[in-house]
Amino acid sequence: MATVDTAAPNAAPAHTGGHYTTTGLDNRKIAIWAFIGSECMLFTSLISTYLIYKGRSLVGPFPHEQWTDPATGKVFPAILDIPVTSASTFVLLMSSLAMVLAHDAVVNADNPNRKSWQSSKLWLGMTALLGAVFLGFQAYEFTSFVHEGLTIRTNLFGSSFFTLTGFHGAHVTAGVIWLLSLLAIDFKRGLTPRDELAVDMAALYWHFVDVVWIVIFTLVYLIQ
Amino acid sequence: MAHEPRNTATGHAPDAHHHPHHPSAGTYVKVGLLLTVITIIEVYAYYVPAWVAHWSFVPSLLIMSAVKFLIVVSVYMHLKYDHRLFRALFVGPFVVAALTLIGLMFLFGHLSIRLGLLA
Repeated sequence: MATVDTAAPNAAPAHTGGHYTTTGLDNRKIAIWAFIGSECMLFTSLISTYLIYKGRSLVGPFPHEQWTDPATGKVFPAILDIPVTSASTFVLLMSSLAMVLAHDAVVNADNPNRKSWQSSKLWLGMTALLGAVFLGFQAYEFTSFVHEGLTIRTNLFGSSFFTLTGFHGAHVTAGVIWLLSLLAIDFKRGLTPRDELAVDMAALYWHFVDVVWIVIFTLVYLIQ
Repeated sequence: MAHEPRNTATGHAPDAHHHPHHPSAGTYVKVGLLLTVITIIEVYAYYVPAWVAHWSFVPSLLIMSAVKFLIVVSVYMHLKYDHRLFRALFVGPFVVAALTLIGLMFLFGHLSIRLGLLA
């Protein structure tokens, strides 16, 4: 009969509270992947709604074209700010890189040959910071849209846009909180390879939030 | 019956805490650079009117987005290296979601209008 290696990456180490399953995989890692699968469906429904309503708003402001209000004669420019969103997209992509480096640092925490830059504190802190910067960009975007006359109640574009990007922003916020909690644990007692799964789960969630934004950036912002 | 310890998740021999087939930090940085370059090309395409007007604009953006998606999922999320059950847990719902999106586009999207399915 084969014994199970408790130090294996995906197997459940007893000391961290994991449980073995008939698959031999850690139930927590199965759970996070099942959760990510369900999140796929959630975001697809939101993206579908956005695409179905795209171009069907009766009044502006519009995402890519300017609009003149027939009642007041006021001209509303195309509302999407591509340079700002490109910058925020870059920030989120780099946060994914920082996250994977944080995971790598935790896995190699006991490695005597690890480099000085392989610090989980550094990369977890960097990931949380970049996530917060992304949220700052989103807050700026939402605020400027409201000032320019686009709210969630203005038109179909506003309703579907704020719902989609707002849900994504809420997920980023949850991710930042998760990362900060890991960072607090790291400062309190230090993260070791035994904590690899805990960091891996946060990393999987964070990368998923990133891939959702990759899709949103193309479908909402770039395709006119 | 074998009595050797085994890693039931990956099927590889146990190694204290390392992932034998996970990429190195250097590879992660190179992948990050590749993602940045693709993003720059995407944004550049948006500002080239001739490209925007060309039929290839939307397909090229969708392909670049799909490539970025695949890179992050397979390398950063380790789906390329992890157990196939994790792959199934992600790919299964993703395929259902993608088919739902395509179905909805045919039913209610601009595609339905072009095909005369929806007024």
